[in-house]
Amino acid sequence: MVLTANDKANVKAIFCKIGPHADEYGAEALDRLFTAFPTTKTYFPHFDLCKGSAQVKAHGKKVAAALVEAVNHIDDIAGALSKLSDLHAQKLRVDPVNFKLLGHCFLVVVAAHNPAALTPEVHASLDKFLCAVGNVLTAKYR
Amino acid sequence: MVHWTAEEKQLITSVWGKVNVEECGAEALARLLIVYPWTQRFFSNFGNLSSPTAIAGNPRVRAHGKKVLTSFGEAIKNLDNIKATYSKLSELHCDKLHVDPENFRLLGDILVIVLASHFGRDFTPACQFAWQKLVGVVAHALARQYH
Repeated sequence: MVLTANDKANVKAIFCKIGPHADEYGAEALDRLFTAFPTTKTYFPHFDLCKGSAQVKAHGKKVAAALVEAVNHIDDIAGALSKLSDLHAQKLRVDPVNFKLLGHCFLVVVAAHNPAALTPEVHASLDKFLCAVGNVLTAKYR
Repeated sequence: MVHWTAEEKQLITSVWGKVNVEECGAEALARLLIVYPWTQRFFSNFGNLSSPTAIAGNPRVRAHGKKVLTSFGEAIKNLDNIKATYSKLSELHCDKLHVDPENFRLLGDILVIVLASHFGRDFTPACQFAWQKLVGVVAHALARQYH
């Protein structure tokens, strides 16, 4: 799976639109992840996962920042997220299936807030991008 | 048998009541074929699927999308017996259509995204939970008769 020039343009454009709301989207994606897919909560036993949790907000901000970093270095996502990739492989060891779930929830958030911007083509590009990010984060698992 | 809480049933039926089955069905199937192009393998006789625009405007895609989502409606009418509701369709998808059940999961997730785009904030996380559960149960029921 390769990101075409078109995909990269679509992803940059939608993130431009998301712009200042990236942090909120990150938090909402996590909120939806924990609510819709309760198994994902097993990775956060140390978090308060109630609605409006400050920890979830802060973590959502981190997730959003990583995605933005990947967008800003979309020609070398592996390079941009190398340290995060090490972290997930050595310390966090989140099962790979969960990156798909979070990617899906992020798409749901974008769809809910920007239905007109998430055309089928942009949807395809964003889905590919989120897959690519997930692949990078699990690349060093074994 | 799947257990549905009263809240889950309410979240499902209240959303369903506002869904335009023809539009949503068409959009969900079109997005499946666009976002996961390998799914087009099942529709080689549908005519022009050469671009997202062609797919979205393809009348056979629209018609089939409506058919698929109408069938979903049957599950919602029979939440307490989805397995039986889909038994024959499951045999059909295995024996005649030869569809990998993974495709049911893909379509289910696409449907959730389409619902989110239509209902925005009203498609709350709790709503999403109920619908993820539903699409999962439907996918499972459709795969059940596979052999």
